[in-house]
This record gives sequence, C-alpha cells and structure tokens, in this order.
Amino acid sequence: MTPRRKRLLIIALTVAGIAVAAGLILAAFEKNLMYFYSPSEVARGEAPDNRPFRLGGMVVEGSVLRQPQSLGVWFTLTDMAEESMVYYDGILPDLFREGQGIVAKGQFNDTGLFVASEVLAKHDENYMPPEVADALEKAANPQSNRTP
Amino acid sequence: MFDFLNKYASLMHFYRLSRRLSQWLAPLTAVLMCAGVVGGLWFAPTDYQQGDSFRIIYIHVPSAWMSLFVYMSMAGAAVSILVWRVKVAEIALRCSAPLGASFTFLALVTGSIWGKPMWGTWWVWDARLTSELILLFLYLGIMALQNAIEDRRVAARAAAVLTLIGVVNIPIIHYSVEWWSTLHQGPTVSKFDRPSIHLHMLIPLLLMSVGFTTFYISALMVRMRTEILRYDRKTNWVREIVTTHHGSPSSV
Repeated sequence: MTPRRKRLLIIALTVAGIAVAAGLILAAFEKNLMYFYSPSEVARGEAPDNRPFRLGGMVVEGSVLRQPQSLGVWFTLTDMAEESMVYYDGILPDLFREGQGIVAKGQFNDTGLFVASEVLAKHDENYMPPEVADALEKAANPQSNRTP
Repeated sequence: MFDFLNKYASLMHFYRLSRRLSQWLAPLTAVLMCAGVVGGLWFAPTDYQQGDSFRIIYIHVPSAWMSLFVYMSMAGAAVSILVWRVKVAEIALRCSAPLGASFTFLALVTGSIWGKPMWGTWWVWDARLTSELILLFLYLGIMALQNAIEDRRVAARAAAVLTLIGVVNIPIIHYSVEWWSTLHQGPTVSKFDRPSIHLHMLIPLLLMSVGFTTFYISALMVRMRTEILRYDRKTNWVREIVTTHHGSPSSV
C-alpha cells in the first residue's frame, strides 16, 4: 500500500468513525433535539409533565376564542389525531390564524388547559402567489369560498 | 501522471488560470445577481401567506446553500492536502474559510430578520438554527487554528484535519428539518418531487444561487492570487510580475 492510499484510508476511517460517534450521540439526545411535542405525544404521556415544554400543531378551524377587553385567547391545536386546548395571554405573531401551524411554549394546568407563555408561528415550505393558493383551496374543497 | 498534476497544481500555473477565470466570472456574477435581484424584488409575485416578507428568501437561501457548499469544497481541499499534499489546496482552504464564515453569518442574520415578523422570534434553539450556528463556529475555529500556527504547511494540515472532523455537521444541517421537529420549515427546492415554490418565484432564486456560487469562486480567486504571490514571493515568476507591473501593484 502506497503512503497516499494509506493516508486516504486513515482519513476515510476517521470520518466514518466520527460520523458513527455523532450518530450515537444524536440518537441518545433524540428527545432533547425535538423542538416541540405533538398533541398525540402529549396524549401518550411522552411530554414532560412538571416543566414547561413546547406544543406544536395546527390551529383548528373555528376554535379561536378571544377574551373581550384583553389579549387573552383560547384555541385548539391538532395534529389530525389528538387535540389540545391552549390559552395564551399576549401578542400573537402575524401569521397566527386558523389552519396555521404554530408552536406554543408552556405547561398544562390542573384542568388540562395548556397555558402558553410564548406562541410562535410555523410556516410551511410552500411559496405561491395568492391566486394559486385560492385555486388550490377551491380544488381541494369546492364548496368553501374562504380565502386562506 | 503525478508530474502532470503537479505541473497544473503549481502555483504559477494556477495563478495564470485563475486570472483568466476571473475575467469572465466577475461579469457573469454581476449579471446573475442583478437579474436575480430584479426578478426577486420586482417580477416574483407576493406570497399567499407571508406577503412581501418572503422576498428575503433571495438572500437567505443562497447564503445558507453557500455556507454548506463552501464547507464541502473545503473538505475536498482538506483531503487533497492530507493525502496528496497539494499546495494549491492549502491556499484554497485558507482563503475559503472567511468566505464560508461570511455566508454562514449572512444566512443566520437574514434568517433572524425573517424569523421575527413570521415566526414571532429572532432566534430559537431548534435543530436547524443550532447546527447552522455550530457551522459558523467551525469556520471561525478553522480560521483561528490556521492563524495560530506559524508554519503555513503545518497550519494547513491542522486546519484540514479540523475541517474533516466538522464535515459530520453538514448532513446534520441538511436533514435537521426532517429528522427532528423544528420551527424551521422543511426543504422547498432540494427534494425529490417538484419544488413547492411557484415557478416565477423559483427562477430568481436559482439565478441568485448560481450568482452566489460564481461570486464565491471569483472572490476566492482574488484571495488566492494574493495569497499565492505572498507564498511564492521569493520566486522568479513573482518577481517578473512585480517588475512588469511596477508602479501599479493593484493590477496584479
């Protein structure tokens, strides 16, 4: 084996070794790397119950209820399987709307209401002009005339 | 075969090749970026959700792509340094690191500016953002290591080793949005089915991305030429250049 091939082999083995090590570390920290939990994970009891965590999901259509004379707002988050009710008292991001993916940070209180201290909007990876979005919406449910 | 490679990898030949390359890469970069900016700010339609705010994508996404691309080029250079001891690769690695760091910084800053109005926060510690921040630290670490060692060839080898160790971060950045739940959205363009972006929005994005790539190569060539002159300053061919251009050192 020439010295060059030997060095190449050493490099390949080192990089592979580091990759395996990194893979094992990331697998070990799997839970901590998850930015948010879904309502299904909460229902299965996988979310921490005595410290704040982030809950992510889609705001259910028609579930947003605003408290008059204050910033308080109730809404339901869904991951299409389970639902969680959230209360938040603060300024919502511009993208917050029904049907939007959002991430709320907070904790469940005794009555099973998720009290959020921070609400962040998540947007999807789709970019299109409003006309196209309208057309897609109409194609998906012809009876609805709602603009998204 | 190695004689042939050595000849073309020699600093003098690279210097000449690089000057010819720059001659048409620089104007190409200008054209691509102008077209991309006009297309992105003027011709691309507003987004259905984000309105005009999405237009920062034309800086953010190309810089983020370049932050990964530059790192992968540096990894290629690192292998050439460690295995074949290629001098040009040593200079390429040294000159690429600050460019890569700048692209990463730009991606982080524009992402932050985009995140505040859309997500509602400047920064979150999700997997995508954190791994990109680690990439910035890797670039800075490589630069620091290179400047800490006086012997340039030893410095190049040390930096090459650090570069290869950091390569593990690149797939992590790329797949972070698929492996873990993140606030950052998933990939738009680089997935196997159709890109989920309207064609009129995609074209300026691609123009900008190619423009950023040619910008990187032209900037790298300028930096490398300067570095080559310093490296070979005691040789005859550099002396010749300096005497021919005596009085106008900026034209080298």
